[in-house]
Amino acid sequence: MLNLRSDLVEAMFQQAKQDYPIEACGLIAGCIGSNRPTRLIRMCNAAQSATEFYFDSSEQLQVWKTMEARGEEPLVIYHSHTKSSAYPSWEDVEYATEPNMHYVIISNDPHCQPALRSFRIQKGIIVEEAIKVLNFANTPAQTSTPITSSSCIKELP
Amino acid sequence: MTIVVYIPTILRSLTNEQKRVEADGTNVLAIIDDLERQYPGIKPRLMLHDKLHRFINLYVNDNDIRFSGELETKVKSDDTIMILPAVAGG
Repeated sequence: MLNLRSDLVEAMFQQAKQDYPIEACGLIAGCIGSNRPTRLIRMCNAAQSATEFYFDSSEQLQVWKTMEARGEEPLVIYHSHTKSSAYPSWEDVEYATEPNMHYVIISNDPHCQPALRSFRIQKGIIVEEAIKVLNFANTPAQTSTPITSSSCIKELP
Repeated sequence: MTIVVYIPTILRSLTNEQKRVEADGTNVLAIIDDLERQYPGIKPRLMLHDKLHRFINLYVNDNDIRFSGELETKVKSDDTIMILPAVAGG
């Protein structure tokens, strides 16, 4: 099961709406070993496509370094499907290389419900997991926009 | 010459859970070959058909080698290599 704060859920839906018709993408980091996603990081879809996404490799490196410096790890990788259901495509499965990752998909298509689903994917096998949305009404989402400066990056340990 | 290589979580089962290892070589391909000698099985996870696997990003001093010399990218002492899983989908 994926426990996800309501503000983070809202932030993903907002991004999917804002980025439409381009697929939105990003990740949610949490403290290493916690399995508690807390910091949402919006990523630029370098594909700029309605049917595919990929993280810009330079941006990804900076984000990964920042997580390392903060003692975090990526717990959720999310993206939107603009015209299809919130279910992994074959490309999603191909690139799902982390068995412990929560792969979250948001559908922009109002005819496709539920619009938010989470999956574990390992060796091509897709297993859907329940999402428990935790009430977080009074605290704004702790989000990060794409990093453009390396000034906040600390040395790797 | 010895180069420091940062290993992503997904490959650490091959490096005795080490996230920072060292390898010798003068270009990226030689470094990968040396990693394979030390940690058998890692090369096929990094390369496919003599090219960097599309599921992998590999950086030399923060520069993605796909935009430099690919596997022929030169490395020298004090350089660092970072390996990350590429994130993409449809």
